Amino acid sequence: MNKEQLIFTSNPHIKDSTSVEDIMWTVVFALVPAVLASTYFFGLRALLVIAVSIIGAVITEYIFLKIRKKEIVIDDGSAVLTGLLLALTLPPSIPLWTAFLGSIVAIGLGKQVFGGLGFNPFNPALVGRAFLTASYPVLMTTWVLDGTSTATPLSYINNGELIETWDLFIGNIGGSLGETSALALLLGAAYLIYKGYINWRIPTGMISSVIVISFLAGENPILHIFAGSLIIGAFYMATDMVTSPVTKKARWVFGIGAGLLVAIIRFWGGYPEGVMYSILLMNTTVPLLDRYLKPKTLGVVE
Amino acid sequence: MSILTFKQGIHPEYHKDLTKEKPLKKANRPKEVIIPLQQHIGAPLDPLVKKGDHVKKYQKLADTESFVAAPVHTSVSGTIKSIEKIRTPSGQKILSFIIKADEEDEEVDYSLKTNKEAKDLSPKEIIKIIREAGIVGLGGAMFPTHVKLSVPEDKKIDYFILNGIECEPFLNVDNRMMIERSSDIIAGMKLMMKAAGVKKGFIGIENNKPRAISNMKSAVKNEDNIEIKVFETKYPQGGEKMLIKAALGREVPKGGLPLDIGVIVNNISTAVAVFEAVNEGKPLTERPITVTGEGIMNPTNLYYKIGTPIKDLIEKAGGFQGEPAKIILGGPMTGSAQQSIEVPTVKGTSGIIVLHEKSVAKFDAKPCIRCARCVDCCPMYLLPLKLSDLSQFERYDELEKYDVQSCIECGTCSYICPADRPLLDYIRIGKMEDMKMKK
Repeated sequence: MNKEQLIFTSNPHIKDSTSVEDIMWTVVFALVPAVLASTYFFGLRALLVIAVSIIGAVITEYIFLKIRKKEIVIDDGSAVLTGLLLALTLPPSIPLWTAFLGSIVAIGLGKQVFGGLGFNPFNPALVGRAFLTASYPVLMTTWVLDGTSTATPLSYINNGELIETWDLFIGNIGGSLGETSALALLLGAAYLIYKGYINWRIPTGMISSVIVISFLAGENPILHIFAGSLIIGAFYMATDMVTSPVTKKARWVFGIGAGLLVAIIRFWGGYPEGVMYSILLMNTTVPLLDRYLKPKTLGVVE
Repeated sequence: MSILTFKQGIHPEYHKDLTKEKPLKKANRPKEVIIPLQQHIGAPLDPLVKKGDHVKKYQKLADTESFVAAPVHTSVSGTIKSIEKIRTPSGQKILSFIIKADEEDEEVDYSLKTNKEAKDLSPKEIIKIIREAGIVGLGGAMFPTHVKLSVPEDKKIDYFILNGIECEPFLNVDNRMMIERSSDIIAGMKLMMKAAGVKKGFIGIENNKPRAISNMKSAVKNEDNIEIKVFETKYPQGGEKMLIKAALGREVPKGGLPLDIGVIVNNISTAVAVFEAVNEGKPLTERPITVTGEGIMNPTNLYYKIGTPIKDLIEKAGGFQGEPAKIILGGPMTGSAQQSIEVPTVKGTSGIIVLHEKSVAKFDAKPCIRCARCVDCCPMYLLPLKLSDLSQFERYDELEKYDVQSCIECGTCSYICPADRPLLDYIRIGKMEDMKMKK
């Protein structure tokens, strides 16, 4: 044995085996129940929209990485996840080309222009959705269930109609693909929290503040939790690692802030839905929150 | 009894089963020992012997007038073959005595022995013996023990802690010492408590060492002032800041010492070294080690003569198994990789771990995804991702704001990073640059 054969690097010499890929693919895996639920309620068309969105995201990622002369890292699962998350926020009746376009914008403008994975300030899936909402407002708000156009639960609420809470919970209602079944989303979220891949403070803060403001505003908090995209937003979008804070205190503020914005937009704003904008707005505060809400170093007296 | 712990930290794979049931046995007497002149934190030593001299076993080889220093002794009788710079486990080249051992240890130097009974010694006398015996912290830090025990007039110490946590994976040195030598540990601990003038003390042990816990508990049955405290198995539970926080709720102030909050912490094996110095007149020339890892044929626990080249100890453990890819002295989280098996053991060498390539951590850095696992695990509540970034992009002036010097270099952040970023490497650079700017 000679010294060239020995690895000579500094400590630590052992490592946890969890990789970025493990985390991304596990989140994708956790969304499988939501995919199944959307297929059950909206038919195979749901699967088609999801597939097109994922393919658009992956192709865009590939092209950008090629142009930027970077290693092709499609297998890290992050582009697949962005495509999937975007699809889950789209209405089932959306034309396929629109979904495709949305995923191009999500990866292109939402992620790669900033330098790719880890460098984007905004949640890429929500950037894609924001683009589609602004460009094709009609397509983005046409909801179909069982072949008939319906309004979304949140517009029902505005019209004073009643819907069954149970239907709302399991997802037997109109809405975006992945938003409908809170049950399916919560199943996956519970698994991710158990694995430590999403932080519980952000969704807890976000949902709690929606509940509190609902009470204060005299609205039904149950409807506001399960109708619309609060569940998918709070558990899967606001918790996106790249675009959410790293310190515990900052996560609370981030979550509560996002919840407040949701309530403000829904109750006093022009949109029935506010989750997308609230998260995108809170994304901008992340550097500031992390900077001023640092944990206290052990041994430092304040 | 409640199980104590600190917040954050990690649960690595421990691999303690490889050697936890292996009793300590004596390593072979080496044919040659290499004794570096500097095996402590403190003032450099002056050699007392020269090339060609014959030295008795236990003879003092180098010392200094300085108080903050620990002399070195020879672990065998023999002839000084040469005095030259040798690469030590830390990676530095240090002036060292190379001693060719006699066939047998015919002459032994017992100048350390006193004619007093241990219980009749005054605190000052105990501290003098500990210094003369060259005892340093055997957990790995190698800080002179007599300095730790010399409490400044203005400090009040109310707790003496013996650290038997041994949170580093693979190692079973303290574990075996507690199983096999509980009464010597208590005797050594009481001598140290007397030397430092401390009335109350406890021994901290992680709950993955049930035999050590039960043996130490029986050893303190008749001691009113010493108790056993059990800690959750978690890394770095044995870091003294984490240990103190978990047991007493006190925080060592930034830039300060346990002394500042009334605590002294020492290692298990250090207590045994004190016991042997005071009771047997034996200077620190022998200590326990775990030789283990998948790359070792018969993982084992050994007492070895300090200065024995590590190749002798690897051989005693049956030699290599398979292709060794990395040889680590100390634990796998904080130990140092070696380039050669010719390197000598020093006072702080507590383990030899040989890993195959598949188990060696590789830091092929990918972009940070801000998962915050480093933040959630850092036992000092630092922001490793931020510190590493500031250092990588040479924004050294901002490091101070993020308490870079509070980093204890436990390696937790690099261990847990899913993007394989060498966070600790960057933070170390940051610490050095931050120091430079303060000068």
